[in-house]
Amino acid sequence: MAAPGPPGYKNQVPQDPELLRRLLRAKDRIDAASHEEWPVRRLARVSAVSEAHFARSFKEAFGVPPHRYLLTRRIERATALLRDTDLGITEIAFKTGWRSTGTFGRTFRDVTGESPGELRARVRPATQALACVPVCILRAAHRPGLTIAVSEKRRQEACVKDEAEEGEVP
Amino acid sequence: MKNGVGMVGLYVRDQDEAIDFYVNKLGFKVKNDVKNGDYRWLTVQHPEQPSFELGLFTPESPALDAGSVQALRELVAKGAMPPLVLIVDDCRAAYDRLRGRGVEFTQEPVERYGTVDAGFRDPSGNGWKMRQGRG
Repeated sequence: MAAPGPPGYKNQVPQDPELLRRLLRAKDRIDAASHEEWPVRRLARVSAVSEAHFARSFKEAFGVPPHRYLLTRRIERATALLRDTDLGITEIAFKTGWRSTGTFGRTFRDVTGESPGELRARVRPATQALACVPVCILRAAHRPGLTIAVSEKRRQEACVKDEAEEGEVP
Repeated sequence: MKNGVGMVGLYVRDQDEAIDFYVNKLGFKVKNDVKNGDYRWLTVQHPEQPSFELGLFTPESPALDAGSVQALRELVAKGAMPPLVLIVDDCRAAYDRLRGRGVEFTQEPVERYGTVDAGFRDPSGNGWKMRQGRG
């Protein structure tokens, strides 16, 4: 028997390519302006489908719900700005679409495992010349993976922490 | 050219639509358009690059099984095919010209790394980067 593929690889219901092409348009719009607000209503309009249909079809097509996709693009943008510019963390938070630095810092840590400041300190000395790789392609490649909701990730990490702490009790 | 790459093929959803896009909008020329039954070998060429052909093919049976045809149509429409790069002498002028012809841009011209680049897609979903040549 063939080895099982990644989740959703084979057993997926076929999707209409015409619909997918329109969903791609919404994804492109997020990519082009991830600092903007992208409520489902706005995205659904870009794809010319109903809101309920949009959210479900987008997740089926691209493996993540639209809001989580947006989140990962924002984290990628913030990571790049932390790495490649001297902008302050507050400015980066607002530039990449967050309304508060608190939410930015917390979400950034939840997704990447380190704070914006820690990441900056770690990657800046190692920044190499990537000028020959088209930037948009690099950006798509550096988008953090986020296979579960941030709230779920937080919950799981809290459980692990609790267990570790319990283990230390004599 | 005595040795080298002569043709690279793209999957498109509709070959007539692809001709309209690559020829009438981007300015390529049809190099080969040969029909044999339902099969159509279609290639276009950049006017300044006579040694290279871009093939525009539809995923279809019986060359491919029905499942692969569906999978490829979905992948192309989802923008999952590999990136393509078009070199132009003036990215901003080309952006204005192509946008005026109805090309769907995904990224406005941006200056970086000593050059200017923009991004667009063909009607099928193939993603192109349009980059200004360096010097």
